Amino acid sequence: MSRKPFTVHSGVAAPLLVDNIDTDQIIPSREMKTVSRNGLSDGLFAGWRYASPTDRTPRPEFVLNQKKYAVASILLGGDNFGCGSSREHAVWALTEYGIRAIVAIGFGDIFRNNCVRNGLLPIKLPDLVVRSLADFDGEVVIDLPSQTLSAGPNVHAFDIDSYAKRLLVEGLDPISLTQQHQSEIEAYFADDKKVRPWL
Amino acid sequence: MARTLFDKLWDAHKVVDVGDGADLLAIDRVVLHERTGGIALKSLAEAGRDVRDPDRVFAIMDHIVSFRPGRGRDEARLPGGEQFITETRALSKAAGLHLIDTDDPRQGIVHVVSPELGIALPGVSLICPDSHTCSLGALGALAWGVGSSDAEHAMATGAIRAKKPAQMRVSVHGTLGSAVTAKDLSLHLISKFGAAGGSGMAIEFAGSAINALPLEGRLTLCNMAVEFAAFTALIAPDDATIASLMGKPFGPDDIQWIEAVSEWRQLFTDDDARFDQEIEIDAQDVAPMVTWGTSPEEAAPVSAHLPEAVEREVLEYMGLEPRDTLQDLKLHGAFIGSCTNGRLSDLRAAAAVLRHGRVAEGMRAVCVPGSKSVRAAAEAEGLDKVFINAGFEWGEPGCAMCFYAGGETFPPGSRVISSTNRNFRGRQGPGVRTHLASPATVAASAMAGCIADPRRILERQVAA
Ligand code: SF4
Repeated sequence: MSRKPFTVHSGVAAPLLVDNIDTDQIIPSREMKTVSRNGLSDGLFAGWRYASPTDRTPRPEFVLNQKKYAVASILLGGDNFGCGSSREHAVWALTEYGIRAIVAIGFGDIFRNNCVRNGLLPIKLPDLVVRSLADFDGEVVIDLPSQTLSAGPNVHAFDIDSYAKRLLVEGLDPISLTQQHQSEIEAYFADDKKVRPWL
Repeated sequence: MARTLFDKLWDAHKVVDVGDGADLLAIDRVVLHERTGGIALKSLAEAGRDVRDPDRVFAIMDHIVSFRPGRGRDEARLPGGEQFITETRALSKAAGLHLIDTDDPRQGIVHVVSPELGIALPGVSLICPDSHTCSLGALGALAWGVGSSDAEHAMATGAIRAKKPAQMRVSVHGTLGSAVTAKDLSLHLISKFGAAGGSGMAIEFAGSAINALPLEGRLTLCNMAVEFAAFTALIAPDDATIASLMGKPFGPDDIQWIEAVSEWRQLFTDDDARFDQEIEIDAQDVAPMVTWGTSPEEAAPVSAHLPEAVEREVLEYMGLEPRDTLQDLKLHGAFIGSCTNGRLSDLRAAAAVLRHGRVAEGMRAVCVPGSKSVRAAAEAEGLDKVFINAGFEWGEPGCAMCFYAGGETFPPGSRVISSTNRNFRGRQGPGVRTHLASPATVAASAMAGCIADPRRILERQVAA
């Protein structure tokens, strides 16, 4: 299974500059209705996006419901974005909705890993930079191979773990990469069975 | 070189250095539940991949199952939820895993059942697509929560790729006061250092107050580490840990026991080992705590006032006025259960309070034991009667009202005191206002009808 490669992406960035946005907010549990990765984007931010759990009238004050951000493919977040429940559904809902990258002050660990496994780019940038992006009108350009994000004349370099970068840029499947080491894994377990026979 | 407990566990599971500062780590055991595990099994099957060693994978039903007394085999607590149960069952059977089904006498919440059955053991590496997997570090296991894709990865290959995190030690000195529990200690820590205070770190809890905590309290403390944004938590196994593991169905048998114990005895942090960060806490400073906001860091001693500067949105969601005293907040509901505080000692602590009164008029109070074996043990002691006589419902084991999945819950706008781990907006239902606390505080508050200090009830009894 390969994923959609991520090289250069330009798009509108919608600001959600609240700290500690947890995965329950990204996709409320009640929106995860089946054992499937698909059909989740309707439930994305449901608690904020719609009038109530039963009434799907869009709430005009929510950022993604605003005309300017209707085409947003980048989200701007605060600190500890994606904390809370490990549900990968949060990432599947975001990608199905059309989000390709999240720029935040910080990320929940499991969430960040889940992003990378699913072709969604998590970018960590300082508070001031994220705030300046929120005020920027126009398309933000993210160049993953060169690890830069540009908003007009301002170019910001970002860090990313080189493995995450490789998975994203090449659209690789992490399981196949690990299977290249399968003989070492088998040798590990064969030895371990002698040391810890109770497992 | 001197090594920490975490270093030792990491080194023992390292298969190969894959570059970029990451290692392939062998995963001894994978635990799944029907909420996120079914999808991992399904994706694996759809990709045409087998589970490498089904004997190392355990599927347990807990999240979606109904907690209605006398529930049916496929009965879910939300409309349409049966599918999670039936599909996970079918996929688990097809893959040949250990399945602990809804009607199995061993059933319960994954993180309650894993130590009960010896699925989690000292020195074991264990992952589960559930963020509270860090609970199991209380046994000295290298256990952490992952997404479904990583669970899939570990099932297919026996390993996952991980970068070794930074390490923190939290040392808790002295002795916790009476009716001050591991839950209060964790809320104290998180409120003091912030919900991102342990961000991405492996945290070892140590010190005299930790050594004095019974195993169940250690599980509670490590459970809350993810609310501190930690990668995971750990406590070095000691005599008490080891004694609790004898005769576990998935642990060492009689012949392997001595060998296992001598291996487990190596699992401690060497004297000169270094941590990236150290935090010291004086156990005397910890009081019974309750959260007032929508993040676990928004917590204060039960007797406190709200802090001065609180965001308007938080006040609005929680229905608070600036300068409210926590003890005056009127409650509509109470819940005791979950992987944080749904074990036998938790039920005992709550029952010790409930013996002295009844739930206040108009409140809905629910107790759901964390597993069937907890429930059976509680019933053997007559605790079910204490709860029921006090006006609590007594439910069938599972996650129950810890999180809203759709279906039945407390009404919007209601104020609920809960022994669970998350007070996020909507966590227990749309508009539900959650206050986290220990089981004793939940019980005392349920009786008072407002947030209350359990010490008042317990100490009055001692004095009388
Ligand atoms: S009891 Fe609550 S926190 Fe624990 S595993 Fe279940 S839903 Fe998650």
